[in-house]
Amino acid sequence: MEYEVVIGLEVHAELSTKSKIYCSCTTEFGGEENTHCCPICTGMPGVLPVLNKNVVEYAVKAGLATNCTIAEFSKQDRKNYFYPDLPKAYQTSQYDLPLCKEGYIDIEVEGEKKRIGITRIHIEEDAGKLMHDEWETGTLVDYNRCGVPLIEIVSEPDIRSAEEAKAYVENLKAILEYIEVSDCKMQEGSLRADVNLSVRPKGQKEFGTRTEMKNLNSFRSIVRAVEAETQRQINEIESGGVVVQETRRWDDNKGVSYAMRSKEEAHDYRYFPEPDLVPIVLEKEWIEKVKEALPELPDARRKRYIAEFGLPEYDAGILTSSKRLADFFEEAVSKNSNTKAVSNWIMGDLMRILKEKNLEVDQIPFPAEYLANLIGLIDKGTISGTIAKKVFEKMFDSGKDPQVIVKEEGLEVVSDEGALVEVVKKILESNPQSVADYKSGKEKAFGFLVGQAMKETRGKANPQLINKILKEELEK
Amino acid sequence: MELYELTAHELSDLIKDKKASAVEITESLLNRIEETENKVESYLTVCKEEALAKAKEVQARIDKGEAKSPLAGIPMALKDNMCTEGIATTCGSKMLENFIPPYSATVVKKLAEEDAILLGKLNMDEFAMGGSNENSYFKKTKNPWDLERVPGGSSGGSAASVASGQAVFSLGSDTGGSIRQPAAFCGVVGMKPTYGTVSRFGLVAFASSLDQIGPLTKDVTDCALVLNAITGHDKMDSTSADIQYPDYTKALLNDVKGMKIGYPKEYLGKGISEDVKKAVLDAIDTYKSLGAECEEFSLPITEYAIPAYYLIACAEASSNLARYDGIKYGYRAAKYTDLLDLYKQTRSEGFGAEVKRRIMLGTYALSSGYYDAYYKKALQVRTIIKQEFDKAFSKYDFIIGPTTPTTAFKLGEKTANPLEMYLEDIYTVSVNIAGLPGLVVPCGKDSKGLPIGLQLIGKPFDESTLLRAGYTFEQNTEYHKMRPQI
Ligand SMILES: [Zn+2]
Repeated sequence: MEYEVVIGLEVHAELSTKSKIYCSCTTEFGGEENTHCCPICTGMPGVLPVLNKNVVEYAVKAGLATNCTIAEFSKQDRKNYFYPDLPKAYQTSQYDLPLCKEGYIDIEVEGEKKRIGITRIHIEEDAGKLMHDEWETGTLVDYNRCGVPLIEIVSEPDIRSAEEAKAYVENLKAILEYIEVSDCKMQEGSLRADVNLSVRPKGQKEFGTRTEMKNLNSFRSIVRAVEAETQRQINEIESGGVVVQETRRWDDNKGVSYAMRSKEEAHDYRYFPEPDLVPIVLEKEWIEKVKEALPELPDARRKRYIAEFGLPEYDAGILTSSKRLADFFEEAVSKNSNTKAVSNWIMGDLMRILKEKNLEVDQIPFPAEYLANLIGLIDKGTISGTIAKKVFEKMFDSGKDPQVIVKEEGLEVVSDEGALVEVVKKILESNPQSVADYKSGKEKAFGFLVGQAMKETRGKANPQLINKILKEELEK
Repeated sequence: MELYELTAHELSDLIKDKKASAVEITESLLNRIEETENKVESYLTVCKEEALAKAKEVQARIDKGEAKSPLAGIPMALKDNMCTEGIATTCGSKMLENFIPPYSATVVKKLAEEDAILLGKLNMDEFAMGGSNENSYFKKTKNPWDLERVPGGSSGGSAASVASGQAVFSLGSDTGGSIRQPAAFCGVVGMKPTYGTVSRFGLVAFASSLDQIGPLTKDVTDCALVLNAITGHDKMDSTSADIQYPDYTKALLNDVKGMKIGYPKEYLGKGISEDVKKAVLDAIDTYKSLGAECEEFSLPITEYAIPAYYLIACAEASSNLARYDGIKYGYRAAKYTDLLDLYKQTRSEGFGAEVKRRIMLGTYALSSGYYDAYYKKALQVRTIIKQEFDKAFSKYDFIIGPTTPTTAFKLGEKTANPLEMYLEDIYTVSVNIAGLPGLVVPCGKDSKGLPIGLQLIGKPFDESTLLRAGYTFEQNTEYHKMRPQI
């Protein structure tokens, strides 16, 4: 039988406000254990929360950027459960009246466009971190992350494959980065996803029984978890079993998921309105103002790149997939109008090196201006394309301006005709067979001789000049 | 007269006239505590050295003309659920027996700014749950009028200390009557201000939407002075009201002529003792004789107030008290097998019976499947109660009635029957549910010589009208001068 997978995602993104959601502690990542906290975020007796207004603004931005309706009246609720990383024994979240609802984003998989609905976006606080001491039997708690603001973005069950899930999270990540409400650093856990997944025979209307996998924090793990869980559910059904509604823990190292003990998941969170906080009341005018101040979103930017720079749709899509990459591109273009070359360098060598070195765009050790300079050197004929590739690698090593590297290492193209004539003569002398081949009409031999001449000059020779001299010498 | 017998405004006058110093006054109070504490047992912590040091420092600044507050140099004490930096704050619970807060409550800071002298921390029912102080883990405070009787609760220590001259004034907290009922039982003045008037920051929460801090004093003038010191908007408390706060002493006028007063017939019906009823009716006559118009009216929702109150209060408490889990501070069981067992043992051993009862009630009321039938319904009753009061206040300047059905009962008399104890709150809980101000002033004694308290209920943020009416009552009666012999 053919099966269809039905997926809904709950994406948690840490907001990049300077201070926490209910106190003035810093949200900075890292820091010595329990140094970014105070009586409020550690749940001391008697303390009260005060909502950070920036959190509301950031969440509203996220809602507007994902086409949500913004609630003019919403409230916060307590989600009650015991765990040592949750000092108040409740998480302040939003239950029935979230800040944003009924939005969508568009994704594209293999050329096919699709709209994924967003059920709601609500604000809540992060919990702390447990550290299981390797030398002692005890467990330690670090409260630094307690009270760091989060938004939870809940999608409709509109996703039908691992690729769509990946594209959805990628797009969402790009949007959140563009509007600068979250760093979306998945390796630091500031963007993570819960996957709700079920399968059903293709054509069936009713949903199958779903399972939930929590806290997936890389694209790779989302894709693998979706694929594995889809297969597991299909196998279960095919072998005559039933899918049990449960929470499963994805083990990314082993590539399998495990059912969590029912005790761990049997929660009745006893949600009720947070009495220490007042409802969030937003004025229409304020929401409009936030909307007007929204920066350009990935989709708009992609369209602009096509129209303004004449880039192919594919290239524009890649370049705008990350705000940092798009910013890098535009910064370079502002210094060098050879748009096509800038785009090619970024799409080619830059992306390749980032991948090889496992770097993020914001870890590029030189400013975009240097890439513009490098292309300028090629366009002016100061260096050859081959040399440029080497210079680019060196820029990643030293972070230096290509103009400086070229000067320091004497990499300028040799355009001294007299010197090049000597080189060509030497090559012709040492390759009589190729000369003979050329003269007997084998065009290929010419290319070989050019190559040898370039090699002799370690790539620094002006190739047009070499061509010209070589032709002249061979005609003699 | 000894210094400890005087009111804050009388002592302030003596200080101003250089007839007494803050140090002498503080010494008098500390001596009184020493003499009577073995009988009354109001205090959980007495800060003797700190109080004397602070008194010296304040007096020095009074002498230089720097400390000008009417509360400068006045010794007072706090219910032990208000966080005091560096001083144990136990909430009357084994759970917080060794808890020393790293910060001070807003009210504590405000009183310190006024140069009031902190004498110590006062006994209370555990986590403010109870009406007799018998739920304290540490001791049972006695009623200074009859040491075999309870002082009321949960701010029992706050009322007993003021009544017995162990503190010039005190602060208590009131979630369902916890300032007003002990004030009535001990014959002192007690005010539960409008919800949002006094910051709750640093008040260990029982039921967040009902809790309110207020003063217990020897007369209405002192009540106004303390209100001036502790009210005000606090950006640390989101539920704190951002309004223009009046000078409450301006309300101290001996005049109720033309005022319209309503008294709910449900408050004088079934269950009230004859002595209390007579004292309240006498008070109504006093107001009439002073030119006020008094009229009986109906608050039919009254019978639902108690169940609604206990559902809301317990639901919030079940969540507020969940943080006492043995992980971060406070009590932790010595023996446990795993995390779940750590929680179970710690909370079983750390909390007393009444606290556990209410946590269970509240947890049940919020559970899925029961939420709509209990918690949600209670919130609906809350809305109706507010509406009924709104309606009453469209006709009356304030409402008058008893504080409690009876006077102080004997220790142990009601401990076996929690429900009977809950019914003690019949006249007080509605005020918290509706977030209104309530003032209690002494209005007589029963046949056993025990004090009776008259309750005045006002419009939201209209403490001034209550103070004026209370002050007028004092000026025309002698009840506020009653003092127990210990
Ligand atoms: Zn903090």
